[in-house]
Parts: sequence; C-alpha cells; structure tokens
Amino acid sequence: MEAAAFYGFSLLAVTAAVFILFSKNLIHAAFALFLAFLGVAALFVLAGADFLGVSQIMIYVGGILVLLIFGIMLTQNINKSDDSSRHNKVEVLVKREVWGFLIGLGFFAVLIKIIFKSDFKMKGDAMISKSTIKTIGVELMTSHLFPFEVAAVLLLVALVGAAYLALNRNPTP
Amino acid sequence: MTTIPIQHYLFVAAAIFCIGLAIAITKRHFIGILIGIELMLNAVNINLVAFGRHDPERLTGQLFALFVIVVAAAEVTVALAIILRVYGRFQTVDPDEVSELKK
Repeated sequence: MEAAAFYGFSLLAVTAAVFILFSKNLIHAAFALFLAFLGVAALFVLAGADFLGVSQIMIYVGGILVLLIFGIMLTQNINKSDDSSRHNKVEVLVKREVWGFLIGLGFFAVLIKIIFKSDFKMKGDAMISKSTIKTIGVELMTSHLFPFEVAAVLLLVALVGAAYLALNRNPTP
Repeated sequence: MTTIPIQHYLFVAAAIFCIGLAIAITKRHFIGILIGIELMLNAVNINLVAFGRHDPERLTGQLFALFVIVVAAAEVTVALAIILRVYGRFQTVDPDEVSELKK
C-alpha cells in the first residue's frame, strides 16, 4: 500500500516535470508545476514529514505558484494575435534543447551511478509514524534559534526589496 | 508495512533535479527558468527529508528543508519583481535579448 502510493506519487511528480520540459505554453507549464508540487508534498508525507508536506502545499501552491502565474500573465507578448494558443509561447532553440538534454541526461547518469555505488549506514532506525510538529517546534526555538531569526530577517528584506523594485517608479510607455 | 528504501527517494529526487536543470537551460523565458529552479529546490528537499527520516530525535533534515523553502519563497518574490522591472524597460522576457545593463 505504501509502496503503491510512493510509486504513484513519484510517477506523478516526474511526469509533471517532463510535461513542463516539453510544453511550449507557459500557463500549461505552471499548472503542471502544481501537480509536481503536489506529488513532492505527498512524498514528504510518505517520508514522515507531515508538517513539511502541509507547508509545502501552503507555501508553494498557495504562494509561489500564484505569484508565478501572475508573473506570466503580466508579461504577455506585445504582439498579440487572436490565436489563443500563441499567447504564452516560448520558442526554444534546437541547439539549446540538445544541450539541455545532454547536460540533464549526463548529470542524471552521474547521479544514478553515485547512488548505485553508495552504501549508506544509517545511524538510527527509520521513524515510526508520529507527528513531527512538536519536535520541529522545540528544535526551532532552542538549537536552531539563530537560523530562525536570520530567516525572519531575510523574509523581511525580501518583502521590502520586492515592494521597492515592483513600484512603478518610471513608467515607460 | 514496509518502508521504502532510501535509494528510491534518491532516484526520484535525482530525476526531478535533472529535469529541472534541463528546463532551466532550455526555456527562453525568465519565468520558465524560475520554474526549473523551483523544481531543483524541491528535489533537494526530497533528499533532505528522506535522510531526515532516520533522525527522529532532532529532525535536522526536515529543519534544513524548512529553511530551503523559506529561501525559495524569498528568491521567487525578488526574482519576479526584477522580471517585472526588466519587462517594463525592455518589453521582453527573453534572457538572450537582455544583454545590457542600461538602455
């Protein structure tokens, strides 16, 4: 049962990623990204990270994906045509496509070789199913307090910087 | 109830990472490149969580994945703001055509 869920969701994530790679329409790619994020969140839950799975759905699907779709819609092509399938077209150079596939496949082969050769000695046993929220909260507030505060400052700086950059200071016609 | 061996998580993560890398190389659109980077960050998170499963007392892997998510959120907001500015100035989203700092 668990194995079936694992392979199903990993197949979903990988298929969605391959669809993004081959789709020429960015809106379709963004919606396929939704499926990929959902699959990854399910993999998190299957690996015992329930809190991370939920926050993955909330942050990525609720925040980042909506931002990306807004960005796609705000940067439409100037020369619009009536053909609705041409709006978000991304043309791809054949040379770059070949290089992308070559680099991706080569790196994938290297990683697969490394994973096959590796022999991990795990320190502890795999986690029995229990909620991780309490542990994450305690660790975040005790031994990881400094990274937590740095993350807070980083988010504040990103907020202020993004608002400053996105302000329409010199509108161009 | 059988547990999935860790190598299978690593395989899935490697596949998603390489597809994200190929997307970031192939797409001629700023947001397409961002989508590829997001997929790569997600793949790294899968690795961290899969190894963090074997550390139930301290959960270091999951905490690191949480910080990766925070950094990814900050990165996307700033990158989208920059993309909107670049689009307003150059009227294009093709990284090949944006080759000068000032027009």
